[in-house]
This record gives sequence, C-alpha cells and structure tokens, in this order.
Amino acid sequence: MSTFTLEIVTPERKVYSQGVNMIVVTGVEGQLGILPNHIPLVTALKVAPMKIKTGNDEEIIAVHGGFMEVSKEKVVILADVAERAGEIDVERAQAAKERAERRLADKKADYDFRRAEMALQKAINRISSTDKHF
Amino acid sequence: MAKGMRDIKRQISGFQNTKQITKAMEMVAASGLRKAQENAEAARPYSDKIKEVISNIASATKNLKHPMLESREVKKTGYLVITSDRGLAGGYNANLLRMVINTIQEKHNSSDDYSIFVIGRKGRDFFKRRNMPVLSQVTGLPDNPQYLDIQEIAKTAVQNFSEGLYDELYLVYNEFINPITQIPVEKRLLPLSDISESNGNMASYEYEPSAEEVLDVLLPKYAETLIYSAVLEGKASEFGARMTAMGNATNNATDLISGLNLVYNRARQAAITQEISEIIAGANAQG
Repeated sequence: MSTFTLEIVTPERKVYSQGVNMIVVTGVEGQLGILPNHIPLVTALKVAPMKIKTGNDEEIIAVHGGFMEVSKEKVVILADVAERAGEIDVERAQAAKERAERRLADKKADYDFRRAEMALQKAINRISSTDKHF
Repeated sequence: MAKGMRDIKRQISGFQNTKQITKAMEMVAASGLRKAQENAEAARPYSDKIKEVISNIASATKNLKHPMLESREVKKTGYLVITSDRGLAGGYNANLLRMVINTIQEKHNSSDDYSIFVIGRKGRDFFKRRNMPVLSQVTGLPDNPQYLDIQEIAKTAVQNFSEGLYDELYLVYNEFINPITQIPVEKRLLPLSDISESNGNMASYEYEPSAEEVLDVLLPKYAETLIYSAVLEGKASEFGARMTAMGNATNNATDLISGLNLVYNRARQAAITQEISEIIAGANAQG
C-alpha cells in the first residue's frame, strides 16, 4: 500500500511526523479524504477531529483550526493546537463543554459569545476525538 | 580589636548568604535557558512551514495584493516591546527600554504618533511611569510560554494594523546570540516584507475556498507566529542575561569574601601576637 508523509506542526512542537496511507480531515468546505498522489491543495481547517489510517491502524487527532498543505508526497498540517487522543484530558474537556454551554444559554450575561462558541467547539472536538465510534 | 573582628565576621557571613542566593539563581537560570532554547528550536518548523506556504501562494498567484503586504504612508507606528517580569537580569530590560525610548524620541513628536504593546512587568512599569500610551499588556508570562499565552496580544497587535490604527508595527526584543550576548533589536513586523517568491519549481496549488481567503487567514497567523518566536527568543535571552549577571555576582561575592578573610586572619593573628607578648611581658615583670 502506498504511503505519504504526514506532518502535523503546532507553534510549540511537531505533533506527528510519519508515513501514512490515508487521512480524513474537515476543511472549511467539508470533509476531505486525502490519499497518496493527491493534487496540490491548500485549505483552511475547521476545529474538528481528523482520522489517520496507517495499515490497519487508525488514529484520531484533535485539530483546532489551522491549515493543510497537500503536495505530491507530503501533507503538512499547521494547527494552532493538535492533540493525540491519548493526550486529551476528557474530564477537563467535559467541564469546559458544560461551562461553554451554560454561557451560551445564559443570554443576559455579557459574555463574549464568540469566545464561548469557540470554547464549546474545542471541547466537543476533544471529546469526540477520544470517542472510538467517531 | 575583637570588636573589629566580629564586624568582619558578620560581613563575611552576609556576603556568603548573598553568594548562595546568586549561585542558586544562576543555576535556575541555566536550566531555564536550556528549556527556553529547546522551545525556541521547537517553534521553528511551524513558522518555516507557514512562510513556505505563503511563498508558494505568492509565486503561484500573479501580482498578489493584500493589505498586510502593502506599505502605506506612515502616520502612526505601533511598537510591541518584549521585556521580562522580574529583574536581576543584568542589562536585559534597561538596554532594551533605552533603545525604545531613544527611537520614539527621535521619530515621534507627540504621543499621538505611536502606541505601545508591552509584554512583561518591567516594561509596563517603565512606560506607565512615563505616561506613554500603552494599548495592551501581558504580564506574568510563564517561563515556558505557550502559544495561547500570547495569542491575544499578538492577535490584537495584528488586527489593529489591518484596521488601520497604525501603519507599521515594530517588534522590539532581545535577540539571543549566545548565553552571554543578547542584543536589543527592532524589527519591522508589519507590513510583511520578507515574503519572497520562491523560484518556479512549485506545483500550482488548488485553494479552498480561494487563494485570497487562504491568505486572509495565513498572513495574520504568520505575523502572530513571528511574535511568538520573538517571545520565545526573548525568554531565552532573559535567562541568558540572568545567568551571566548572577554568575558575575557570584564571582564578585567570592572575591569580596576572600579579601575579607585575609583581613580577618590578619586581625586574628595580630590579636594573638599581642596577647602572647602581653603574657610574656607579664611573666618577665614577675620573674
């Protein structure tokens, strides 16, 4: 099975750098499956989990916004934050989700709703990334 | 005599305490420095990659136009100054702030012509004391700052530029040369100018949704990344400066202590000699 190199880079570190068979990411225009020899492409990414397939293994990484650059034999993902499923603190994400939902529901308080919305998205992203049935 | 000796003794132990503290601070700074250098190293791939992608887009699209790339007439200037929260770092803050104040006095006639973003307590206090217009500030940055810690100030700084609040943005920080040398530098961050068009062997990319929209997100992100790497470099410089300053302080304390020890021993010997001669004189007188 042919592979291509996937690199996931955040401002703090290199999260992932390995040969993979296929990835599924969520771009701003919708989900994209990338196989080797994809045409060169640059797209912005949504806050969503991404799936990586290597042989029979699947790994899910929570990607919080950013970019993907696809070239012939290499895919580079530049993310603000990227976490592998094992690194995610589910309880904290759950708490963050509830907090964000409470803030969004509370119409009177002058919270920054955009921020609460972002927080909610990130929390959902983290939680669904750890969920095996995604 | 005995009284003078006690004074010296007290002085010696005072210096010894100081020496212990400076020694400890030196070692803390040394370990912080290593970590900070690693962090600065780890941040490099990200900004390199973003730059690469932007260059690719720049060379793929003919006559690229974006507000963040265009120089306009400079009416107002923004400065983002990176200082430390704590002192005892030699000339780290003093040199940097002196440079900022000199540039500002040279270039601007009134305080309406510039605005300042500041990171670090030392810088904030400095500008506050002088009643200079500080637009936004961040203090209490951890030793290993994460992107999220500075994202907000970086975002505001970049956004204000695109909204036209100022027409250029300078980044002022201590460049890390090596642990003993840090040089305050002033770099023009915006408008972005170092986006060179990479030479032709690039495949033409597809853009989703479009090249312009991708650039709209990428360019601010690139600027923010540059700010983040400057912060990391500033941290490394801070630790370097502190390590050197504390190393010098430790050496000075050692010198002082050995000098005082000499004085002390002399005084002790003189006291003993005197005592002996007194005893002998007494014995002779009796005999």
